[in-house]
Amino acid sequence: MNIANILARKGSMAVTVRPEQSIRDALALLDRHNIGALVAVEGDRPVGILSERDIVREAAHNEKFFARVVADLMTRDVITGQPHDDLLSVAHTMTERRIRHLPVVDQGRLIGMVSIGDVVKAQRDHYQGEVDTLQTQLLADEGGPAR
Amino acid sequence: MTPLIGTPERPLRAAIIGAGPTGFYTADHLLRNARVVEVDLFDRLPTPYGLVRLGVAPDHQKIKFVTNVFDKVAATPRFRFYGGVEFGKDITLADLKAHYHQIVYCTGAQTDRRMGIPGEDLSGSHPATEFVAWYNGHPDYRDCTFDLTQERVAVIGVGNVAVDVVRILCRTAEELATTDITDYALEALRKSRVKEVYLLGRRGPAQAAFTNPEVKELGELADADVTARPEEVELDPLSRAAVERSQDRATQKKVEILKAYARRQPTGKSRRLTLRFLVSPVELIADGAGGVAALRLVRNELYATSTGALQPRATGHFENLPVGLVFRSVGYRGVPLPGVPFNESWGVILNDKGRVLDSDTKQPIVGEYAAGWIKRGPTGVIGTNKPDAAETVECMFEDLASGAVLEPAHPEAAAAEALVRQRQPNYFSYADWLKLDAIETERGRAQGRPRLKFTSIDEMLAALGR
Ligand SMILES: Cc1cc2nc3c(=O)[nH]c(=O)nc-3n(C[C@H](O)[C@H](O)[C@H](O)COP(=O)(O)OP(=O)(O)OC[C@H]3O[C@@H](n4cnc5c(N)ncnc54)[C@H](O)[C@@H]3O)c2cc1C
Ligand SMILES: NC(=O)c1ccc[n+]([C@@H]2O[C@H](COP(=O)([O-])OP(=O)(O)OC[C@H]3O[C@@H](n4cnc5c(N)ncnc54)[C@H](OP(=O)(O)O)[C@@H]3O)[C@@H](O)[C@H]2O)c1
Repeated sequence: MNIANILARKGSMAVTVRPEQSIRDALALLDRHNIGALVAVEGDRPVGILSERDIVREAAHNEKFFARVVADLMTRDVITGQPHDDLLSVAHTMTERRIRHLPVVDQGRLIGMVSIGDVVKAQRDHYQGEVDTLQTQLLADEGGPAR
Repeated sequence: MTPLIGTPERPLRAAIIGAGPTGFYTADHLLRNARVVEVDLFDRLPTPYGLVRLGVAPDHQKIKFVTNVFDKVAATPRFRFYGGVEFGKDITLADLKAHYHQIVYCTGAQTDRRMGIPGEDLSGSHPATEFVAWYNGHPDYRDCTFDLTQERVAVIGVGNVAVDVVRILCRTAEELATTDITDYALEALRKSRVKEVYLLGRRGPAQAAFTNPEVKELGELADADVTARPEEVELDPLSRAAVERSQDRATQKKVEILKAYARRQPTGKSRRLTLRFLVSPVELIADGAGGVAALRLVRNELYATSTGALQPRATGHFENLPVGLVFRSVGYRGVPLPGVPFNESWGVILNDKGRVLDSDTKQPIVGEYAAGWIKRGPTGVIGTNKPDAAETVECMFEDLASGAVLEPAHPEAAAAEALVRQRQPNYFSYADWLKLDAIETERGRAQGRPRLKFTSIDEMLAALGR
């Protein structure tokens, strides 16, 4: 299982902002899409990530945080994933490095975003699938031999 | 105000397209709900169960018992099966919109992923999808031919499908004769001259997609020795670190199994199966008559991406592997349905958690849903489709609650049946299928086999006296 398997059933693209946009714009986007992070892009290329945490951190000590721009608050050192990255490695790296949102790029171009929640759910569904296969088999056995 | 939908007076009418495991799980989730739901399950084939009948290997009969559970779903009074009715041909989206409140696409992945290398289409090169459909008796593939006079065969990819393919190639006719493999495939494989079979992985043993019970079975074949190259199953430093870090028992075990294969000495069996790793085919070399003479392979090394995933990278080392027959088992791929938005990148219906999305606005389209392989891509075992279908059905009931359903002009079961009858007078009901099933099983019993499949629609019609 890899990142592509998550993106396949996640219609929404990553929600993006430009670095020069205001934090007010960013908050509106987070609210409108009911999400926790935005990818800052120049063209198709991700240059940073802005999470609700980054904003909270700033708001805690700066009353005028609204006036700042995305570039001031975003994390620039973004780790990105690729569609064929295995989920086991991705899960490990995200937990280890405390990354909650992973922008996904294909040949440098942003194509989506997966959250740690998506990764955990995909792994859980994977194990659940094995269990459900066995359960279906058990239920079938009660019905006698296969037709 | 219109009366509530989902009541005995006004049942929710749902059409499910595709009677594979996902179609049945979806039907089950719908029918178990407190709301009154009527389900019509369509399949382009007369026979239900999708890949459980036409994908799962014939020498894996036990797993096919799951169909008992699907039969129980089909026995529900508010369930109907319309076999031999194809979406996009016999019935259209407009037809369904006129008869149902909700439509769920569960059409699976009907074709193969292309590799995009020169020589892929030489006559001795086939997608595994076709071979699998052929030996299992899919009516569309019964006339395929494979040159089993070749002694050397390569199977590209190391997923469970590739393992199925090499196992079927390596089994003896006696082993196969107790399965429900089709008669024509049994005859062809009985005459097979295949001696050397190669299974080719582009990454290392720790990254192989096949699962442990499947790879273990390769070591227990009656008349085929299994082997691997010691230097290819030895883990490189990156893989070793990844395996240690993840403490993943299954992967550790997999590597142990493969190392044990590398230590095995040939025991003089008639066939030899060699598992290779860290090689990518870059070209199929022609033999001058349009067939395959060899596979050109490049040796790979692994590198870690930014998320720590290990991916293959070509080195400058090449080799030619002489083979006359090639099966490409690099994954299935969904095909678009007429009028339904498609996501070309992943080969799935464009969806969010199962809600079909409009291609332009990326907003949900009222009344259309997807589940299973056509929703998330061609991975996962039979049971994986159960939670997947549950997620889609949850969206369906959420939307019903908020009133976002279609408003069909003819929401009566009888109207839908009349439409099907008109479009496809020869459709197959579930009762028809159960009759065919009984005949297939009976014919099999006479030969000591689980069943003898019908492999053409004409045969099926004739068996029902039509
Ligand atoms: C070769 C192979 C072997 C496998 N072996 C195992 C195994 O041993 N154990 C295991 O647990 N899993 C196995 N799997 C995985 C399992 O088969 C899949 O997870 C499962 O079948 C996917 O279910 P689905 O219903 O989404 O698709 P499918 O099973 O493919 O069903 C799709 C159905 O839709 C129908 N359809 C398609 N297009 C249309 C249309 N236009 N109109 C009407 N009907 C249509 C098709 O005829 C088909 O019946 C195997 C898969 C393969 C490919
Ligand atoms: N017995 C069973 O339970 C059973 C039997 C059959 C199928 N299934 C299930 O059905 C699903 C589909 O199986 P599958 O085997 O089709 O898919 P799969 O498990 O995704 O395997 C595909 C294989 O093809 C390789 N591959 C892809 N592109 C390639 C390329 N260009 N060159 C070389 N190799 C390439 C992949 O390697 P990479 O990993 O490097 O991409 C992988 O080894 C799986 O979830 C499987 O478990 C289960």
